[in-house]
Amino acid sequence: MTTATRAGQAPAALEDKEMLISGSEAIAEALTLADIDVVTAYPIRPYDTVMQAIAKKIANGQLVAEYIVAEGEHSQFEIVKHASTVGARVFCGSSGVGWAYAMECLVVTPALRVPMVAMVGNRALDDPGAFGVEHNDALFVRDLGWLLCWIDSSQEALDTTLIAYRVAEDRRIFLPIAISADGAFLTHSQAITKVPSKSLVDKFLPPYNRGDLQLHPDNPITVAPQVNEDWVIEIRRQNNAATERAYTVIEEAYADFRKVFGRGPENPWFEEYMTEDAEIILIGMGTISLPLKVAIRNMRAQGKKVGLVRLRWFRPFPTEKLVAALSKAKAIGVIDRDYSFGSPFGSGVVANEIRAAMYNADRRPPLLSFICGLGGREVMLEDVYQVTDLCFNAAKTGKSETKTRWLGVRE
Amino acid sequence: MAETTTSTNATQVLEPFKGVKKVTIEEYFSSGHRTCQGCESALVMKLMVKAAGPRTIVLGSTGCMYVANTTYYTTPWVVPWMHTQLGSSGSAALGTAAGLKALMKKGKMKAEPINVIAFCGDGGGADMGLGAISATLTHKEYNSLILLYDNESYANTDIQVSGSTPYGAHTTFSPPGKARRIMHTRWKKNTAGMLAAGHPECRYVATVCASYAVEMMNKVRKALSIGGPTFIHSLDPCPKGWDYDPMLSHELGELAIECGIFPLYEVEDGVVKYYGKTKAIVEGRPRKPVREYLLKQGRFAHFTEEDLTYFQAKVDEMWTWEIPAVAAFRKEPKAKA
Repeated sequence: MTTATRAGQAPAALEDKEMLISGSEAIAEALTLADIDVVTAYPIRPYDTVMQAIAKKIANGQLVAEYIVAEGEHSQFEIVKHASTVGARVFCGSSGVGWAYAMECLVVTPALRVPMVAMVGNRALDDPGAFGVEHNDALFVRDLGWLLCWIDSSQEALDTTLIAYRVAEDRRIFLPIAISADGAFLTHSQAITKVPSKSLVDKFLPPYNRGDLQLHPDNPITVAPQVNEDWVIEIRRQNNAATERAYTVIEEAYADFRKVFGRGPENPWFEEYMTEDAEIILIGMGTISLPLKVAIRNMRAQGKKVGLVRLRWFRPFPTEKLVAALSKAKAIGVIDRDYSFGSPFGSGVVANEIRAAMYNADRRPPLLSFICGLGGREVMLEDVYQVTDLCFNAAKTGKSETKTRWLGVRE
Repeated sequence: MAETTTSTNATQVLEPFKGVKKVTIEEYFSSGHRTCQGCESALVMKLMVKAAGPRTIVLGSTGCMYVANTTYYTTPWVVPWMHTQLGSSGSAALGTAAGLKALMKKGKMKAEPINVIAFCGDGGGADMGLGAISATLTHKEYNSLILLYDNESYANTDIQVSGSTPYGAHTTFSPPGKARRIMHTRWKKNTAGMLAAGHPECRYVATVCASYAVEMMNKVRKALSIGGPTFIHSLDPCPKGWDYDPMLSHELGELAIECGIFPLYEVEDGVVKYYGKTKAIVEGRPRKPVREYLLKQGRFAHFTEEDLTYFQAKVDEMWTWEIPAVAAFRKEPKAKA
């Protein structure tokens, strides 16, 4: 297996099957390859497409798993949480206010060190109703011990799901991972995707072993007793330590992924697009990468040196690497597909995280923050040109504009 | 080992204890808890898991039997035990059973019938967790027991009114005052009757009271043996919440049944069977007046004759139902010819 390379092509690629599938369907392919044991479903758009895809796989015998349709998201997440504690590999997911309805369970899952993998089909929160993407739903859990990532293609959806189980179930981590996929733009859009063989996946992803934390009559432990002020701060610190260990474990997992499958990024944390000589670096998460990349190519044709950093992992936050990548720019523009009302400068969550990360940097280029594309509104090329022009002005003056601009909004 | 669907649906064979002297001596809920003196719910835990035996997993939703039982560094549980959220007893039972089943079916875990019991208080069961319990009772392919220990208030959080608190009771959320003597005007939910009536594929629903310990344990054993999801509702006198001398816990349990306030029965595959004093009442033995029960408890100390009369009338009404004290339906009277 390891010797049969041809023209630099990794051996794994030869075994891949190519399929035209959506982001949700790609995750379902990965779940089948990961041989999940228990999955719980509850309908809400747009994430529910993944459950429809899994249901078909179970109905057709491609996957053997307990498939439970719950009576609400609270139960949906609690059921798999408990299934995981007896040693089952589990999957769950939701969108928007469905994710919010499960909030209590989302709180206890990392605290119990349950390595659940969940998909968030990012959706605007109610009210008023909107099916389209906003990132506020997944961001609810950013402080709780969930590892959080954003993907932007079907291929990345499949690959990241396999990586997520590997990372979450690593005994050094035992934390849940939420994979965020932009509603409609990724959950429902199809692309050619390489689906690896089961034998390769088995090489990459060991079985889930709950070890001495498994709830079983042969291991009669008491889990999650009342600890009060006697112990809770020590337990919180253990949780924080696990999140810190995730930096190493994620890098190991991506390195192994590249070895086994012959693809995948060198840098797990973020994608850099045309940043090498970029004077202006734009930053975003998820499928906003598509209009940003198109706009950057057009601007490059006019001689403007613009690049993109697409953040994949938001938790743990890749502080050092990101600061190093951004420090070299003359100005940076952060485009949030979320909001944080009343926050510093009225900025979105990502902009303020990056401001915090840059605070101690030796070189801090001006940072401009933007909110765009809420509720699934299209991000137009004109919006990106406007962002870039403002960034070039800031680069000239060396000053950051403190106010946050909302783009593509009717005045 | 080849696993079949049948083998992962199997339950333990738990024959009824034939009398108190035949009850096993092993304890699976032992020292290490700090429940109140006279706490019947602690006794319910002990009897519940004694009946279930060692190959059991217990899930406990938030409430007295969480906070008072498991204070870190101590645990009374000899069997594996895990906390679940207040409204999650149904989901905890379902998830644990589904996890075990998946692993056994796929050969990832040695196949054996493991009892799964999730308990909840009346706040967690009759109020917040009712939806999840209802859902679990429809999933007939997963074996589990949900046990509701009903001390008729949120007793762990300072005695607040729940949907299972009796009419008029004094709680910290329903204190009697000068302008309003009765702050809690709702009648207690008929949780067991509702769950039995509403879940046609749930094979076993029962009510119990720890004053009748052997009967209670045998109902637990039947619930765990019969297959599929099952439900038991236990009435647990609570000295702190009901305001009485802790030595009277057993007696109050007996009185609740003798007054016809809390009936003892089981519904097995849709067939109602009454037990003990409840059976005698159904067969014509007079019920004791409710005042004998109510006036022994401080939570009803503010009751006037009018309140006692109202309470008695409501209990009398329960015994006019088509299935007395179980299901609140009456047939339409026949039209006169």
